Amino acid sequence: MKFLAQIINGLSLGSIYALIALGYTMVYGIAKMINFAHGDIIMVGAYAVYLSLTVAHLPIPVAILVGIATCSILGVVIEKIAYKPLRNAPSLAVLITAIGVSYFLQSAGLILFGSQAKAFKSIVTVKPIHIGDITISGEIIVTITVTILSMILLTLFIHKTKAGSAMLAVSEDKGAAQLMGINVNRTISMVFAIGSGLAAIAGVLYACTYGFIDPYMGSMAGIKAFVAAVLGGIGSVPGAMIGGVLLGVIESLSKAYISTQLADAIVFGVLILMLIIKPAGILGVVRKEKV
Amino acid sequence: MRKMMKKTIAVMMATMMAVSMVACGGASGSSGGDENTLLIGSMGPTSGPNASYGTSVKNGATIAVNEINEKGLDGEKLDVTLKLQFEDDQADAQIASNAYSKLISDNMDVLLGATTSGACQAVNKLAQKDNLLMVTPSGSAQDITEPENVFRICFTDPLQGIKIADLIADTLQYKDVAVLYDVSSDYGKGIYEAFIEEAKAKGLNVVADQSFSGGDKDFNTQLTTIKSSGADVIFVPGYYQEASFILTQARQLGIDTPFVGSDGWDGVTTQLGENADIANGAIFLSPFFSADTTENVKNFVDSYKKEYGSTPDQFAADAYDGVYAIAKAYKLAGSKDSDKLIEAMKSVEVDGVTGKFSFDADGNPNKDAKYIQIEEGQYTLFNR
Repeated sequence: MKFLAQIINGLSLGSIYALIALGYTMVYGIAKMINFAHGDIIMVGAYAVYLSLTVAHLPIPVAILVGIATCSILGVVIEKIAYKPLRNAPSLAVLITAIGVSYFLQSAGLILFGSQAKAFKSIVTVKPIHIGDITISGEIIVTITVTILSMILLTLFIHKTKAGSAMLAVSEDKGAAQLMGINVNRTISMVFAIGSGLAAIAGVLYACTYGFIDPYMGSMAGIKAFVAAVLGGIGSVPGAMIGGVLLGVIESLSKAYISTQLADAIVFGVLILMLIIKPAGILGVVRKEKV
Repeated sequence: MRKMMKKTIAVMMATMMAVSMVACGGASGSSGGDENTLLIGSMGPTSGPNASYGTSVKNGATIAVNEINEKGLDGEKLDVTLKLQFEDDQADAQIASNAYSKLISDNMDVLLGATTSGACQAVNKLAQKDNLLMVTPSGSAQDITEPENVFRICFTDPLQGIKIADLIADTLQYKDVAVLYDVSSDYGKGIYEAFIEEAKAKGLNVVADQSFSGGDKDFNTQLTTIKSSGADVIFVPGYYQEASFILTQARQLGIDTPFVGSDGWDGVTTQLGENADIANGAIFLSPFFSADTTENVKNFVDSYKKEYGSTPDQFAADAYDGVYAIAKAYKLAGSKDSDKLIEAMKSVEVDGVTGKFSFDADGNPNKDAKYIQIEEGQYTLFNR
């Protein structure tokens, strides 16, 4: 019974990682860069929803839309200001810029909102389910459902729509896509907008699950989600989902049965093992670099 | 928040300036050193993540200094004017050492500090070398008071663990207890170790022994284990931020087992904000209860509110009592001589806002613990 309860904890944690990992994986797939600021966009999304609810007293669905819109715009703006000028720069320069943006967002959060964590009253109204001794909270149910839905919608969007095909084309070969009449800049902006919008949803779910928001809330979650994306095969949407859930379950079980202090070490140990055994990740495809 | 902080600091500065102007009236003007001033040096973090601790100590001490200068001790004025000089140590051992040197060069007579355990552990060695009377309001690590010249106002970590084990076994009469403690801080570990030892001596069953690291946000795993252990009560030695995370997640998991906490829980209802109701029924140890109706506590809380616009916490109360203990020691010693002050401190008795206390041979206070119970999201005094 306890084991089952721990698996459910892992699924809930993993779903949040998966939702964040979707953003990482999409951006990587198309822009071939690791957007380290992605984790902090979660924080911005959570604060945007928090302010919409407590200061502007907006209804919950509107507040969530405000959060998504804020993050999508922020994602696009960050891409235009920080990453676009570096599109042909060495990848190390882009990576360092991304870390810079991440620190910028954290510091801005610190200045605007202070370092104290703020209480976030859960907006989930779904009733908890009781199975024997196990209580599955409404937050967990909503998190898992939203994550699965997001993944399905995203997969459909990528494979069934024109914009999705454009995204695939750009990720395959930017130059060729441009020659075929695809607006590369607009496609990249769109990816950033969708990824950041998903981050906003992840931020709200995170805040509801843990009941708090603070300026650093996105940093560790972001790094874990990055590990999840790599584990699942970076660039692959279902891979991000599998990686996230797997990571959540591994983390939960190591905390419960091995050691709370070693849990993070085990999580990152799994990443190292994966990189040694199958560098492309679970669902990753090895693409030969054409020189 | 930030704006309020600025305001608080502004008011504080103004008060400090006024105090120092009164204190130095007619004197040479340089800080301390002259015959008629007893310079109390003090330090604590007034910037950085622990800023609230140092700010409280500074405010609480300022109120006590003003009061004693105005009214004297037991209706009798001292033959010196007290003066407080406060330095920001950012809760950092290195910065605290520098602050100490600065205070010494300004001719500090007594040290009221440092505020945090880490800083105390650096400064107590320096004070021992200089043979200076050091009174820490809130440094709770066991070894701080090892030197002869060091005293403290707050409870030590192990003492808290013992008191809480007694509370659970004798007063609350629970049998099966779960512990969830902060393994990454000396504070959490110190309380935990003493608690376990005392709990075993008292015949309690520790059915779940779980830990977390400072900065953790996900406690679902530990709480699930605790839930399946069937504990009657959950003891969480840690600070209010983690306590509020734990409470939130415990309620989500459908755990309605009562919680018991250490003094770091002070502030938990503010942290929970409008969710404060989920903490209902929790009991934590605290040396100070701001809604206490005892006259001296009421007076202190009133002047603090008037001066700083907020309710004093235990750090402010410990500092307030610290200044009174120092003033009493001076009165007994009748001199600013360090040897005499340290000797006098051993026989000082204070009826303070954190209770009636004197010091034992190790420089730790002998005082009763108070327990606060949260009801309807508010603090109430727990009556056994």
